[in-house]
Amino acid sequence: MNPMSFLPYHDGSSFFDFLTQHHPELRPGVHDMTMPRAGVPVDLGRPGTLPVPHGTTVLALKYRDGAIIAGDRRATEGFQIADRRIEKVFRIDEYSAMAIAGAAGPCIEMAKLFQTELEHYEKLEGVQLSCEGKANKLGQMVKANLPMVFQGLVVMPLYVGYDLKRKEGRIFKYDITGGRYEESDHHSIGSGGKDARNTMREHYRLGLDEDAALRVGLLALYNAADEDVGTGGPDLVRGIYPTAKIVSEAGITDVPESRVRALYETMIAERRRI
Amino acid sequence: MPLPYYVSPEQMMQDKAEYAKKGIAKGRSIIALEYLDGIVLAADNPSSSLHKVSEVYDRIAFAGAGKYSEFEHLRKAGIRHADLTGYMYSREDVSARTLSNAYSQSLGTAFSTDVKPLEVEILVVQVGVNGQPNEIFRISFDGSIVDEKSFAVIGGRSEAVQQYLREHATPQPPTLKDGLRRCLSALEQVATQKIPSENLEVAVLDRNRQGRKFRRLTSADISLLFV
Repeated sequence: MNPMSFLPYHDGSSFFDFLTQHHPELRPGVHDMTMPRAGVPVDLGRPGTLPVPHGTTVLALKYRDGAIIAGDRRATEGFQIADRRIEKVFRIDEYSAMAIAGAAGPCIEMAKLFQTELEHYEKLEGVQLSCEGKANKLGQMVKANLPMVFQGLVVMPLYVGYDLKRKEGRIFKYDITGGRYEESDHHSIGSGGKDARNTMREHYRLGLDEDAALRVGLLALYNAADEDVGTGGPDLVRGIYPTAKIVSEAGITDVPESRVRALYETMIAERRRI
Repeated sequence: MPLPYYVSPEQMMQDKAEYAKKGIAKGRSIIALEYLDGIVLAADNPSSSLHKVSEVYDRIAFAGAGKYSEFEHLRKAGIRHADLTGYMYSREDVSARTLSNAYSQSLGTAFSTDVKPLEVEILVVQVGVNGQPNEIFRISFDGSIVDEKSFAVIGGRSEAVQQYLREHATPQPPTLKDGLRRCLSALEQVATQKIPSENLEVAVLDRNRQGRKFRRLTSADISLLFV
């Protein structure tokens, strides 16, 4: 009898590998081909498709002391709004955060698994993974999700981390095959990603301070919401605002809602015509 | 084929227990002591990279005495157990009691079925938050599990260290500074020599911390406390 039978026995420091080997039912990306295909908006209503909530515009940009990551709050299911206050920006560990676009359920699952993965490694090995190591690991998880993509369940992360060795914030984007690409200044993904990228291209400057960079990010989300039905703008009636996090040498901090609200109130006051 | 000699079960268990005890007593002691804001873990450990004390989960820490390879194996298995529970259910569902039971089962089975018992003694401690009490579990090589109050000692001449701590116990939990001083004098008394602060491995589970309560104290932190 294996003496460790009451405790899970495994070699290696990856929680993701541990789940794959011992609890494949808990791992995202394990799929059943007989499942009906999840519907992208155009497929909605066709027999054999399921509507799945989708996340929309998230963005990241660098500033003088690190990087900012932000996202809107709307999830859509075809032409319906599935959720008005979904959270798309996740704290991953002390120095990194990730934002997601795609099918909401698998996205949130991936964020949770990635958090556990990094903490697990840190506890087993006694040191944190390097910023580069974390980004690569996320790429492998996106790659493992590829079978789900053919089922219509796309998960697209945007990752920011503070690199303690290089003393700078870093931004990584991914493709569905797990390809990992580093962005030098800013990037945005999701249905309103193109609109947000256009805004950032116009307003981004090297070495922005925190306040200015946050303003550019929030403006980009505002413009994306203006152009894209899938992206939610600031909801003044219900008091729902996009969320943002900042990673810097001091670690990760949430941008308080009051600060986001104040920036939006100024922005809206400048644009108000009646 | 020659028949194996008959050994009575009592004799076999006794031999195994003696073997394990001898292995554990060879090492140095580790103390877990309740202080004002949580639990402090202190070990006499000359190595700065091979840890005896480590984090398991938000409120839970692990300490192992005896054979390094064996308790390191148990430590990793415990972290997997905790992370799996936390991932499957929620972070608050990970408890020291469940983990200690799993350790107890594993050690008990290994003791009775394997030729060589594990030469380890471990501590699983959990800091209480929101008015909950702290929990300190001591698990021996044979899987026996003891729920300790206010302090626990494993490894080395643990009886003598326990004796010292019992004599110097206070009705109220000490501050971190006083608690750590008490641990150090207990370890020094039994080692009959000075222990320099770089040979002291110290970690705390501090209930006032946000999220993960575990923190390692560097030798600079320790020197500051002893000024």
